[in-house]
Amino acid sequence: MKKGHLLGLGVIAIAIIIIISMIGDASTYESFATAKNMMMKGDEKPIHVVGELKKGENGTVEGIEVNPNKTSFYFKMVDNDGTEQKVFYNEPVPPDFARAEQVVVIGSYKNEELFVADKILMKCPSKYQETDIAQAGM
Amino acid sequence: MINTLIGNIGHFAVILAFVTSLITAYGYYQYTNAPELEKANWGRFSRIFFYIHSVASFAIVFALFEIIYNHRFEYFYAYSHSSMALPVHYMVSSFWEGQEGSFILWIFWNVILGLVLIRTNKKWEGPVMVVFMMVQAFLVSMILGVVIGDLKIGSSPFILLRDALNAPIFQLNPEFVPEDGTGLNPLLQNIWMVIHPPTLFLGYASTLVPFAFLIGGLATRKYTEWVRPALPWAQFSAMILGMGIIMGAYWAYVTLNFGGYWNWDPVENAVYVPWLILVAGIHTMITFKKSSTALKSSIVLIITSFILVLYATFLVRSGVLGDSSVHSFTDLGLSGQLLIYMLFFLAVAIYFAAKHWKHIPTSEKEADVYSREFWIFIGATTLALMAFQVILPTSIPVWNAIIESFGGISNIAPPVDQVGFYTKFQLWFAVAVALLTAVGQYFWWNKMDAKALREALVVPYIISVIISAVIIVAGKVFDITYIIVVLASVFTIVANATILTRLLKKSTFKLAGGSLAHIGLGLILIGTMFSSGYSEVISQNMSGLVYSNSWEDELNKEHVLLWINKPTQIKEYTAVYRGRQKKVSGVPELVPVKYLQETDRTNEAIAKADIVIRGKTYFEKGDVVPIVLEENDYFRIDYYKEDEFQFSLNPMSQFNTSMGLISSPDSRRFVNRDLYTFVSAINDFEDPEWRDDETYEVAPGDTFFIADFVTNFEGGEVLTEVDGVPLFDGDVAVKAKLTVQDYDVEKKIEPIFIIRGAQIGRIPVIDSELGVKVELTNIIPEENKFVFTVNRYQKDYVVLKAIIKPQINILWVGTIIMLIGFCVAIYRRYVEFKSMRDKGLEY
Repeated sequence: MKKGHLLGLGVIAIAIIIIISMIGDASTYESFATAKNMMMKGDEKPIHVVGELKKGENGTVEGIEVNPNKTSFYFKMVDNDGTEQKVFYNEPVPPDFARAEQVVVIGSYKNEELFVADKILMKCPSKYQETDIAQAGM
Repeated sequence: MINTLIGNIGHFAVILAFVTSLITAYGYYQYTNAPELEKANWGRFSRIFFYIHSVASFAIVFALFEIIYNHRFEYFYAYSHSSMALPVHYMVSSFWEGQEGSFILWIFWNVILGLVLIRTNKKWEGPVMVVFMMVQAFLVSMILGVVIGDLKIGSSPFILLRDALNAPIFQLNPEFVPEDGTGLNPLLQNIWMVIHPPTLFLGYASTLVPFAFLIGGLATRKYTEWVRPALPWAQFSAMILGMGIIMGAYWAYVTLNFGGYWNWDPVENAVYVPWLILVAGIHTMITFKKSSTALKSSIVLIITSFILVLYATFLVRSGVLGDSSVHSFTDLGLSGQLLIYMLFFLAVAIYFAAKHWKHIPTSEKEADVYSREFWIFIGATTLALMAFQVILPTSIPVWNAIIESFGGISNIAPPVDQVGFYTKFQLWFAVAVALLTAVGQYFWWNKMDAKALREALVVPYIISVIISAVIIVAGKVFDITYIIVVLASVFTIVANATILTRLLKKSTFKLAGGSLAHIGLGLILIGTMFSSGYSEVISQNMSGLVYSNSWEDELNKEHVLLWINKPTQIKEYTAVYRGRQKKVSGVPELVPVKYLQETDRTNEAIAKADIVIRGKTYFEKGDVVPIVLEENDYFRIDYYKEDEFQFSLNPMSQFNTSMGLISSPDSRRFVNRDLYTFVSAINDFEDPEWRDDETYEVAPGDTFFIADFVTNFEGGEVLTEVDGVPLFDGDVAVKAKLTVQDYDVEKKIEPIFIIRGAQIGRIPVIDSELGVKVELTNIIPEENKFVFTVNRYQKDYVVLKAIIKPQINILWVGTIIMLIGFCVAIYRRYVEFKSMRDKGLEY
């Protein structure tokens, strides 16, 4: 076999390792129900859950409880299937958390009642998406 | 009054730029193919239209900047990206904050590059500029803002607010102009963010130049000649792009509070990948110039790097990353157009490459293991694999979108621990690259066989093992992976330094680019390993608050709560939060908020006391004080070690109405480490919810407690004048003098009580830092007692995170050395191209 072919095979082998590892390490977007099932089966792999913060009748966010030392908090989230879930996050409340239109939590259940988020991604009405003029000082 | 003129000028310039880019492309196409006799005419024609295009592009830039600079909030762009309070240099940031502005920046750089190209190249002008102007036409179409039915071509930055928003106010008053804009994203209010995007976009724009030479070369059957003029440009592009990436990392480090400089966020990955491919392409091009091999790989790599830049643009701006990145743009409705743009040039490149593939010269002989070609090729392959490993998972949202467009369901999400996932691979690739650069340099400068290689490498090898051992012991590097990183990077530094000294002895500095860049690479690796691998969060929560649930103990609590004035232990330091401050223009230090009285005017306050710094009085009581961006608060944290004051840090935060608390870190820089701190939560005392009244009856000289503070009531004092209240004959004004103790701070609180006839007036004192409001409610002369009403809120506090980043300076030094290496290499290749061109040997 020529050296070039050997080299090519090596590159293909590494590329396959990269692809397999990506599939192995990739997470999934799931609902709270499947996440709970996973926990019951002993699978502690963190997953992504997409949803919204729980809102009351007048549209205000409900269920944010900040712990006394302010470095962690609980909140209530409703996933896309409509399941409501209490979530714990061991960081201070992120900026503008209550205004998030959509929340992605990455984490897993630690017990049946509580989902613990390792990371939170938020979609906020940001600078790049100006739709509301009412709040600007006029 | 709405000024529509400037917007119309801008919009006209956009249309003109679009039309002229097409005409210029056509002109240059004719020029390239025209018979000798007509060439001069077509050349003049094309250049004239290119100059018109340039002027039009500059006019776009001018018009948009004029709108921002003069606060024309009747325009949507100025309204949504700027505000009255912004200083001029941040207006530059406002300019490119929106997608339209950043496209304009890109267009602008392309014009500059085009102007340079037509001055420096003779015969390449025609084919290169055809490609150039095609790209330019696509870019300008992104800001055309033409809507035909459902079809939207581009998004114009020159639309008026009333056309962009469907707000009821415009029905009442079409001439309505908001008083202020919504402002610039506070994260972008940083000097690095003024210069980082223009640099990055110059990098983006310049990847077009080698691509244009390549396509021009293929189309005109100059299969090999394109390399010489393209090489310095490829190096320039890699240097600028690399500089832009590092500036972004540095900006993240000094502005964002994620605790680092690189997060493997999709947006960062999207620029890192084309850079890697471009660097690989430069190496194969250099090989080709030496030995006529690797031309085909150069062609593939240069095409890939340009397409990847377009792909990066698509990823960042199409909104496809919405669920996986924190800072991508949302969709402006341009994703389809961006996709067409990318696929068009991909198709063009593939068409030309495929059509001419069999004519592209290759070297038939098998590369020898002891040849430099072989090792450089391995190096380029490693770089390409590095890029592949990053772009594949970064594109997960794209895979999902593709599967779903074919009716499938895909719920793959990016890896949870992005940093860990990417680092795991990139680290080993980087080690491989470091070793290859060390060995490769020897092959480059010497004829090698097994014996010569062993002899050449043995001394650098021994030296680097010794140096590594010292680093490992001194830096306590006991992780086997990191030990290998140290060995590989020290080896590349030593080997390249040996080559460098040999080159310098021959006084051929202009050949030193390669070894300098590789030394930089080694330093970057070591710096990254220490600052990331050994960074340590020192702000562990030691408050003693234990949770009942057992699982929470597993989690680290990496923030501390600092109450004002209360010393708190952070590792070997004692940290004390000393209150909020503002930046005042003309004053060399930050000024505590307690000296400033807010006013209704933007960026203005009234001094409550004289502002004196180091004996010099900057403002007197009652003066108007100009504040630099009043939304920004600087939290002063004093650090002590064994009761001795060490230094103060002032992490910044801004409470933004639309984005909440935006936090920026402050670091104490030591030679061998940084102490990096930022504020992650603050007390909001804008609109406190006061608790119920508490009343105290106290005689002068008594000591009592206000909200846990030991308070001494010294006595009353009859006043003859009161600030802000004119006193008449018969009025009685009394001031109570209270001294409040809070740890080592003593504060005077002096509420006032005024009697005018049968009426009583009270001037309470609010101290936001202590979180108390004290009112002198009554005086009972017969008992010699004063009655105080106290309301409590909350003492001021900040929640802080502090991280030690060891050896981060090595990373920055390495970057600078690498950039210098690039500059030397560019100079060398450009001189080479120029001399050949001037001799008329090449074009």
